[in-house]
Amino acid sequence: MTQTRTPNGFDLDRSGRRIVVDPVTRIEGHMRCEVNVDDNNIIRNAVSTGTMWRGLEVILKGRDPRDAWAFVERICGVCTGCHALASVRAVENALDIRIPRNAHLIREMMAKVLQWHDHVVHFYHLHALDWVNPVNALRADPRATSRLQQLTGPNHPLSSPGYFRDVQNRLKTFIESGQLGLFKNGYWDNPAYKLSPEADLMATAHYLEALDLQKEIVKVHTVFGGKNPHPNYMVGGVPCAINIDGDLAAGAPLNMERLNFVRARMEEAFAFSQNVYLPDVIAIASFYKDWLHGGGLAGSNVMDYGDYSKVNYDKSTDQLKGGAIVGGNWDEVHEVDPTDPEQIQEFVAHSWYRYADESKGLHPWDGETEHHYELGQATVGTRTHIRELDESAKYSWIKSPRWRGHAMEVGPLARYILNYAQGNEFVIDQVDSSLAAFNQLAGTRLTPRQALPSTIGRTLARALEAHYCASMMLDDWHELVANIRAGDLATANIEKWDPASWPSEARGVGIVAAPRGMNGHWIRIKDGKIENYQCIVPTTWNGSPRDAEGNIGAFEASLLGTPMERPDEPVEILRTLHSFDPCLACSTHVMSEDGEELSRVTVR
Amino acid sequence: MPLAMDNNDSQASSILVLGIGNVLWADEGFGVRAVEALHRRFDVPPQVTVLDGGTQGLYLLPYIQACSELLVIDAIDYGLPPATIHVVRDDEVPSFMGAKKMSLHQTGFQEVLAAAQLLGWQPRHLTLIGVQPQVIDDYGGSLRPEVAARIDEVIQLAVEELGAWKVTLRPREAIADQGGLAAPALALDHYEGQRPSSRDACRLGDARFLVQASHAETLTDTDNETDPSPMAERQHHQPSASRSSIQGPTCLDTTGCSREGGSP
Repeated sequence: MTQTRTPNGFDLDRSGRRIVVDPVTRIEGHMRCEVNVDDNNIIRNAVSTGTMWRGLEVILKGRDPRDAWAFVERICGVCTGCHALASVRAVENALDIRIPRNAHLIREMMAKVLQWHDHVVHFYHLHALDWVNPVNALRADPRATSRLQQLTGPNHPLSSPGYFRDVQNRLKTFIESGQLGLFKNGYWDNPAYKLSPEADLMATAHYLEALDLQKEIVKVHTVFGGKNPHPNYMVGGVPCAINIDGDLAAGAPLNMERLNFVRARMEEAFAFSQNVYLPDVIAIASFYKDWLHGGGLAGSNVMDYGDYSKVNYDKSTDQLKGGAIVGGNWDEVHEVDPTDPEQIQEFVAHSWYRYADESKGLHPWDGETEHHYELGQATVGTRTHIRELDESAKYSWIKSPRWRGHAMEVGPLARYILNYAQGNEFVIDQVDSSLAAFNQLAGTRLTPRQALPSTIGRTLARALEAHYCASMMLDDWHELVANIRAGDLATANIEKWDPASWPSEARGVGIVAAPRGMNGHWIRIKDGKIENYQCIVPTTWNGSPRDAEGNIGAFEASLLGTPMERPDEPVEILRTLHSFDPCLACSTHVMSEDGEELSRVTVR
Repeated sequence: MPLAMDNNDSQASSILVLGIGNVLWADEGFGVRAVEALHRRFDVPPQVTVLDGGTQGLYLLPYIQACSELLVIDAIDYGLPPATIHVVRDDEVPSFMGAKKMSLHQTGFQEVLAAAQLLGWQPRHLTLIGVQPQVIDDYGGSLRPEVAARIDEVIQLAVEELGAWKVTLRPREAIADQGGLAAPALALDHYEGQRPSSRDACRLGDARFLVQASHAETLTDTDNETDPSPMAERQHHQPSASRSSIQGPTCLDTTGCSREGGSP
């Protein structure tokens, strides 16, 4: 059967030409994507596959729960802090350890710095190349670029014709030296690129500025986490003593000088996301006003656990509110409880794992990770050289998590839809004002409900969230200083550090609003050791294969209906997949034997 | 190097000794383990920074930009026999490092170097000490003995290279605490001491990627023997036969996982 309608309402047709992109480049980890296009090159079927086994859960078994953060921090190169934080929160939840207010505020700042950094790096270094053509920037007129800068980002000081001429010359030297390295993934003559040369030059200049700035903000992690690039975390608080009037010689790392340094870095970040990042996204989007593809599941089902509480352990104070929206009904937001076995379940009907009964899902506390690699009968190729997957059988190393049986999209866009729907004033103001700016530039009259569920909406939400994080982290900073000034110097609660003080069995969950979406770690502790550890990371939700019922996940849904300019140059597929910032969480090098960066694309 | 630079010989040197790789992936962690051992054995003068870079990609940019001499230690797939050490210098380095993906969204370390150069970084010296890994895709595994045995030699090479850059390392009077670079839980002894057996925690990779790994010769042979036919044909095998041929790759680990596929 080549034509089907999924239970979650998407029409699939696998009769047309099959296009295989493997690997999907500029993402974390290993991913493959196959689509079928019709005679007009419109995508009618999509299959997304996580191609790497990730055995983290099993290697933690039997280890000391207080050490788990150090292992999960090494899962991948970009999610270090959000896994470490989820891990210590899971252990604290299991053992009922309450951390001091200072520790909460310091962790919040570290999480928001990570979020800001990750969003900026993702946009300028990985995603912008789906929209921006740096080679085309060589044709730009620096004076016109200066005028464009003053129109779209008037508060950014670097806007003179001379500045843009210098950037253009640097870029020219770089490209002429044959070191296209950073830009060699491109399909630079594809008509899918719509920017003017001036917009390309402006965005390229900001790419360089972002490279320079991103390394400043992460110094906050060095101050609070003791070191970078792998900051320290600690069950019970933060490993960071406070001696506000002391100097470093006194042996306390956190004094007023360090705190002022932190504030200065945060203020730089705030200014950049306000004056550069957000205006860039709006300006670039205005060239793509006719390209509102990629909404997929975001138009119906979105979800987050909620995070960034003003008062720790009080979910009602979450500054990014959680919940679930189903069927596109923004007027009804359902409560989400990650501890409820009826709500969160993982299915493996189409994943390379084995359950006793694969029609049922398992809650992560009862999760199993037993691999079972087998391919369906319609697979073309061999076990080690698959030319075409059979999506009617098992086809991915990613499981299929579902909320009350529904496939859900997670991530900044999901959070922004949830918070817009729930009346978060900061978010409503951001969405409305940025959309007004977009409509003015593009000459359109799009509403949030029209614009947000799209690839561009996903990219916009990430920029808005980065700036929201910059704003919140400055609030946290002021609260921390006030709390310290009031005499509270506690940064850790070590009452239950000794495993002798723990119950013989305990279980907990740790959740974090990670850059790519909600991240959850579930732990079971027995006799002081890890008995079971399961992570459901954001890309597990978004990249999930079909479930037992046949519901497709967010990546797959987002590609349907998108026209491709040239099927052998998957610009549009990469653009939409990148808008999720996929992270297939495994830093390994085994994928490519010859260092080839460009995706292998096969059309048949 | 494409861009004009401020660095010149009149500037004080600032040396970065950078170990990169993922300690959770067997020999892939070699670079980190080597700098960890270097740090334990030697005092370094103030102008030298020894850094566990993990798989941090662009997070490493500030450290790289700040140095005038860079010594990288890493597991590199040179296509040489396992545990072979190979040193490359200066302009040769990026092409070798491009052959593998480092973490940050598949940013290769080559791209991190390119980004640093685009921002104007031009090192006086750049050296890569690489060791050919034996096994990479063993999640939760540790260095293979043959590869681990190269740490002393690599440290010696590093000391000599730094000597050529006019830096002398003094052996520590007492071996430093293991946890000096990474979190104590990840220090090699602790990591291995608490490691579950591969029977408890099977560490197999996806067959399609196992075959591309550095030990491809073994695997390709195995693969050809067990999987000579197209998929459609193999579906006609008896269930028991197809179980062993389809279900999973042969376990590579010699420490206790001797079956094919599946979990105990």
